[in-house]
Amino acid sequence: MLTFTLFLPLVGALFILFFVNTPRTVRAVALLIALVEMVLASVVFWTVSQDGSGSFQLVEKIAWIQSLNIQYFLGVDGLSAPLILLTGLLTPCAVFASWYVEDRVKEHFFWMLTLITAVMGVFMALDLVLFFVFWELELIPMYFLISIWGTGRKEYSAMKFLIFTIAGSAFMLIGILVVFLSSGTFDMTELAGSTLTNLLIPTQLVFVLFFIAFAIKLPVWPVHTWLPDAHTDAPTAGSVILAGVLIKMGGYGLIRINVAMFPEVTREYSWVIVGLALVSVIYGAIVTLRQSDLKRLIAYSSVSHMGLVLLGIASLGAGKSAVTSVGLNGSAMQMFTHGTITGLMFLVVGQIYLRTHTRFIPDLGGLIVKMPFLCAALVVSGLASLGLPGLSGFVSEALVFLGAFHVWPWPVAVCVFGIVLTAGYILWMIQRVIFGPESGKFSEITDARLPEIVPVVLLVASILAVGLYPAVISDVFSSTLSPLISTRFG
Amino acid sequence: MTINDLYLIAPEIALASTGLIVIVLDLVLNNKRFLPVFALLGVLVSVFFTLALCADISASSNGSMIGLFSTLVVDKFAIFFKLLILSIVALVVLGSVDFVNKFEDSQGEFYGLILLSAVGMMLMAATKELISIYISVELATLPIAALAALMKTNRSSEAGLKFLLLAAVSSAFLLYGMVLVYGFTGSTYLDVIAGAVTTGAVPFGSSVMLAGIALIVVGFGFKISMVPFQMWVPDVYEGSPTPVVAFLSVASKAAAFAVILRVFYVGFGGVNVDWASMFAVLAALSMTTGNLVAMMQTNIKRLLGYSTIAQAGYILVGVAAITATTPDGGIVGLGPSGVLFYLAGYAVTNLAAFFAIIVINNHINSELISDFSGIAKRAPLLSAVIAISMISLIGIPPTVGFMGKLYLFNAAVSSGLVWLAVVGVLNSVISAYYYLRVVKTMYLGAGEPENRITYSLPVLVAVVVVVIGILVIGIVPGPLFEFTEVAVRSLFIAS
Repeated sequence: MLTFTLFLPLVGALFILFFVNTPRTVRAVALLIALVEMVLASVVFWTVSQDGSGSFQLVEKIAWIQSLNIQYFLGVDGLSAPLILLTGLLTPCAVFASWYVEDRVKEHFFWMLTLITAVMGVFMALDLVLFFVFWELELIPMYFLISIWGTGRKEYSAMKFLIFTIAGSAFMLIGILVVFLSSGTFDMTELAGSTLTNLLIPTQLVFVLFFIAFAIKLPVWPVHTWLPDAHTDAPTAGSVILAGVLIKMGGYGLIRINVAMFPEVTREYSWVIVGLALVSVIYGAIVTLRQSDLKRLIAYSSVSHMGLVLLGIASLGAGKSAVTSVGLNGSAMQMFTHGTITGLMFLVVGQIYLRTHTRFIPDLGGLIVKMPFLCAALVVSGLASLGLPGLSGFVSEALVFLGAFHVWPWPVAVCVFGIVLTAGYILWMIQRVIFGPESGKFSEITDARLPEIVPVVLLVASILAVGLYPAVISDVFSSTLSPLISTRFG
Repeated sequence: MTINDLYLIAPEIALASTGLIVIVLDLVLNNKRFLPVFALLGVLVSVFFTLALCADISASSNGSMIGLFSTLVVDKFAIFFKLLILSIVALVVLGSVDFVNKFEDSQGEFYGLILLSAVGMMLMAATKELISIYISVELATLPIAALAALMKTNRSSEAGLKFLLLAAVSSAFLLYGMVLVYGFTGSTYLDVIAGAVTTGAVPFGSSVMLAGIALIVVGFGFKISMVPFQMWVPDVYEGSPTPVVAFLSVASKAAAFAVILRVFYVGFGGVNVDWASMFAVLAALSMTTGNLVAMMQTNIKRLLGYSTIAQAGYILVGVAAITATTPDGGIVGLGPSGVLFYLAGYAVTNLAAFFAIIVINNHINSELISDFSGIAKRAPLLSAVIAISMISLIGIPPTVGFMGKLYLFNAAVSSGLVWLAVVGVLNSVISAYYYLRVVKTMYLGAGEPENRITYSLPVLVAVVVVVIGILVIGIVPGPLFEFTEVAVRSLFIAS
């Protein structure tokens, strides 16, 4: 089941590359695969959700490289299942977002579907080497997506993305090998249940090796600089996947590896983590205020929002009261909700750009007259992003603050101020882009067409659903995270 | 010399006689098309004898056979390298058919000299006596000097001459080092040297062998293009015919590493000279220098020249990791097996790049990377091949390059050389920049789909085989790794 879900996009990508020729059929095949993938991801999520025990489901385990004890080991638990659902949800959205790509259609969908396999693999792999393989596999497709179909300084941004990520994974590889040397296993489930001792280098250093890799991906200040460039210059589908799921790999890695395998170090150094979170949230928000490019604005807001993921992790630090899983749950929820919200934002902005050919905010204005539907979608995503109750963003942010407050009262108080800034830049952006006087330049433009409406509706529905009934996701997260906290941090 | 001795060197005899016959046939045959076919037949016969030997030593009690006055040893280690070198020869012959067909004359010399050089390389992997090692090194090297000059242009002749001079200089170092070692231990046999060291028969203690060992390192340093003995590489790579460079870059490196592993692990294992740390430092220097300078190259062959210097550095990591074993103690000699695995992976990867570049160069008559702009439209398959090999050279999965680096760095870490592994992975990051620049130029540059680049069937076969090699070994590395493990174990048993 998992293997099938994992490799379906890759098989589809190869099929498209070798057997499909006209752009029309390429799109149709890609859409079909994406929809099947979405269904499969939902089934995976449903299976885990029904089980509710938080342990690994649908496990597949075969020896891969026997001499080094490396396994082909897949499984999903409450932490990965919602992220797999998120990936599945965004796959058809990304296909729809690329519907009007004219240049090298075949290659575009080939790389996109390959990318989906890589991301799915990261969330499913339970063997460190396998995890690393998928982690690296994502580089090349994303590199090509940005550098061929991007805009602006696309080649520079693509290379910057690649170098940053590969530098992070270089450190991770050393970390993996050091862990393997002392434990003799790459099995993540086994490692998460044991205390790592007698490492070749201090445990804190191993923690840092992993932390760097995930912090670059998340991204955390000061290693966030690749993200605004990559986001701004990526094609719409690339941005959707990048913001929607790729950067979640960082948060996922932090929880799956740093928190679960090194609980003591996480506790000991949570003051560093909270510091980084604080800077990311506030610095990200302030920089966002100054942006005049729509996509760059959303990109910087991601830095700010991902800082909250880090804040939730920092809530595991040594406080006066006992550690609870609320903050960590919030982190995980933040990853899911940010994926849908920002995915939607990039989708809509991409469609606006397709029509207006500009993302420069002062050039836009009064768009609501010509495209009410897209503008409404942008408003919904904006409101969700700033944490309006009833939409999904509120839930995750509230959980993070609630969990972290009793451990780090002052930093959290400052971070809450970040929400004010968020409200500032979102509302200001909406006001300048959607409302205001019509600029007159866009008299020819039309509203969304069907392939553009479908993904928007899909994402808005999920934002509303999670906002109104968050338990559907958060219960699944906590089924795994609560036992983790009670056994490792209790 | 007995019949048994002849049997032990039957693979080499088959190859050498094929080489000579090909040169003679070139004089009498008008249709030169049969030359590569004949060369391939010779390789096939040689492979057959090698496999027969492999079966025999598997059946024998100690896993190895010794002949020619105990200078020759046929064990799994030697078999591994013989098969590797024979595969490389076969692929190079296939992949350069189009290129060689353009020669007015000396087609027979091309195939003949490659086969003769391969004989030397195969012997290098199978000798355990210093003088025989020296002779086989010379046999492997001299034909390459002639091959480098084969195009008879100024640049080609210059490359040939440079290679010849530097080979001579490095041989002098090697020989002097061997003399010093002989002087202190009284023997040229590696096992006797090792015995003299362990029994304390070396006057003043074995640390006096430092000078001899250092000179031997210098001598081999030239052969494997290790910093600081790498100066000849870019010039020779740029000037020589590309198929020769392809052969030189992988086969010669493999054979030289075979000798290094045997000499140091068998002969100098117990010597009180910390040669492993020496290799560790040289590894770090090689990869860093190679990668940094490669970033500035504009010629694809020079770029691959500096890349090969960097790759030599990665492989040396495995040589330096002497104490590496798996946590359960299962695999002794994790470092050397990593070297063998990486060499095989590097062979398919580099050959893939070179085969594609040979064809493209032939059509666009330029070796400048900027002239590869938009070539992906004219040669989609070849561009994909270059892209895959570049990704493998960086070490990104699912390619054999990633698995090779995983093994090597794992060996380094388990040998306590965490710093070296860190240098290694950071170098992979640097290398990503220039390897991907090639890919970027091919795929992002403007180009016309017209004027498709064509090539013959043998070249297509060679290209497809190596690309499948890159991906299949990259995804299922287990069998090859187990083979290297067995090979390395036979090396330790021999000592």
